[in-house]
Amino acid sequence: MSAAPLLSLNNVSKSFGGLQVISDVSFEVPAGVRMALIGPNGAGKTTIFNLISGVYIPDTGTVTFDGTDITSMPSRRRVGRGLARSFQNIRLMPHLSVVENIMLGQQSRASGLIDMTLPLGAGSRWRRDAEELLAHMGLGTFPGEVAATLPYGIRKKIEVVRALAASPKLLMLDEPAAGLNPAETANLRDFLKTISDTGTTILIVEHDMGLVRSLCDHAVVLNFGKKIYDGSTRHVQENPLVLEAYLGSRHAKDHDAEVHREATDA
Amino acid sequence: MSGYMSGILSILAINIIFAYGIFLAVATGQLNLGGAGFQAVGAYAAAYLTATFGLSVPLTLLFGVVLAGLVGVAIAFPILRTKGVYLVLATFAFAEVITGAILNSEELGGAMGISVPAYVDWYVPVIMAVCVIGFVFYVMSTRFGLAMRAIHDDEQVSDLMGVSIRGVKVVAFGIGAALAGLSGGLYAVSYSYVEVQSFNALLSIYVLLYVLLGGTQTAWGPLVGATFFTILPEVLRDALPALKTAVVGLFGDADNVAPPDESWRFVILGLMTILMMVIRPEGLVTRTMVENLQFWKKGATSARREVTEG
Ligand SMILES: Nc1ncnc2c1ncn2[C@@H]1O[C@H](COP(=O)(O)OP(=O)(O)OP(=O)(O)O)[C@@H](O)[C@H]1O
Ligand SMILES: [Mg+2]
Repeated sequence: MSAAPLLSLNNVSKSFGGLQVISDVSFEVPAGVRMALIGPNGAGKTTIFNLISGVYIPDTGTVTFDGTDITSMPSRRRVGRGLARSFQNIRLMPHLSVVENIMLGQQSRASGLIDMTLPLGAGSRWRRDAEELLAHMGLGTFPGEVAATLPYGIRKKIEVVRALAASPKLLMLDEPAAGLNPAETANLRDFLKTISDTGTTILIVEHDMGLVRSLCDHAVVLNFGKKIYDGSTRHVQENPLVLEAYLGSRHAKDHDAEVHREATDA
Repeated sequence: MSGYMSGILSILAINIIFAYGIFLAVATGQLNLGGAGFQAVGAYAAAYLTATFGLSVPLTLLFGVVLAGLVGVAIAFPILRTKGVYLVLATFAFAEVITGAILNSEELGGAMGISVPAYVDWYVPVIMAVCVIGFVFYVMSTRFGLAMRAIHDDEQVSDLMGVSIRGVKVVAFGIGAALAGLSGGLYAVSYSYVEVQSFNALLSIYVLLYVLLGGTQTAWGPLVGATFFTILPEVLRDALPALKTAVVGLFGDADNVAPPDESWRFVILGLMTILMMVIRPEGLVTRTMVENLQFWKKGATSARREVTEG
């Protein structure tokens, strides 16, 4: 972790009505890393994504991206800065074809008057770009297909590719492996590693700890909207607070004892 | 060409242009139930300028288009803050305001209407309709058209992708208003007479139905919808009396059958509308249908759909 972080959250809080959903959360995402944001259901992971991408504005605290304070920047402008995300519940445009969904993902790079008014037909460089990206990601078979008709696993992957089409500096993925089988998950992991190798920073929310550990070195753990862990993925499951969050306090102690016994046995 | 045929061609062309005007708003997710208002703006601009200043037809049409477009953009800003049924009501109210203002304006002839000292033959609206069809197909093929359809599907995600929701909505609504204005101008110079009663709520409802029943996913929808619903009443005009004669004839009194009431055509139209909504809720022409047709034309096989689900 050398230079200034690509993304940093500083004492961010958010409540809905009377419900405090995010409490004073701070963490940094260094440029070039693959980092995980984990925590039990309802911990506030998606809310953190919404605060970063501008769906919500924090009540207090700031979000800094690539050297700029983006806390109250309109959500539409953030993707142009290099911040793209996917959604936990697939939110592809159902009436657009696959390649059109990807071309929509390019929007932040093509919002000038000329790009808006030129046709996106067969000769368009944007269409070619999108088709190449799809082919590169192993989705070259269905560019013309309407998104709504495709199987879940494929749509899940298209979501990732659509976010990628913005050529982001930071790619934020909200549970990209949910509902995928082990083979598809392994496939996704390799795919994300390839993306990461080209220099894209990845922040991923994921429940599949196998995927998290094989993909990320670093994890931030949330529980009830508070940060309870910020460190290596290797030791995350030994942390008592994390164990407690996932398993409840009694189980945590049992598990602790077990780990202890194993350690003494060895 | 017979007067009847040329009359039908004129009104068909005008309805098609009108439907495309509403389509541009609807395809961006804005149900525009103010069609008659925008058409009235174009019609009265053309009628007034011709009658009062003796401007040439192309100039008056141009004026009507620009004025309706400007009115569209001007009301788009406040109206677009509303959503769903409130947007529908707001556009509807707008049309009522326009026609109410015309009705109370002596300058514009009030309830008497204005007779227009100009006349164009059927081919003028037809040529304009062809241009409008081409224009809208072009728009829908651009990134702007892609943004329109994306907004229709999911505004929030479109915004996060970098689409200017407000910009796209206002422009689409404004261009749509301008096209509705064009249809109004053509109406004025084709019929050489405008009266405010013809720009009523029913007209707004009909044109929105053309668009919704034709389908809003592709630029084919309004063309098919407007054509179908313009021609259908004409067909029924002949078919209904024949049907009634036949039915009554079964009971042996075929000679003194009164022709069926006009309103029967609208009953049948209404029934067809309900039927279509049940059978094809996304409209007559859907995106998948166009795709399949193109696919079929290219002679490809169904091998494309070999998707293995994990
Ligand atoms: N717009 C909102 N209004 C009210 N409450 C909200 C809103 N968004 C989220 N919440 C609440 O905030 C809490 C955190 O939700 P969030 O979706 O961020 O959790 P999560 O960590 O992503 O959970 P999961 O793993 O189930 O996706 C939940 O209790 C949720 O009900
Ligand atoms: Mg979530």
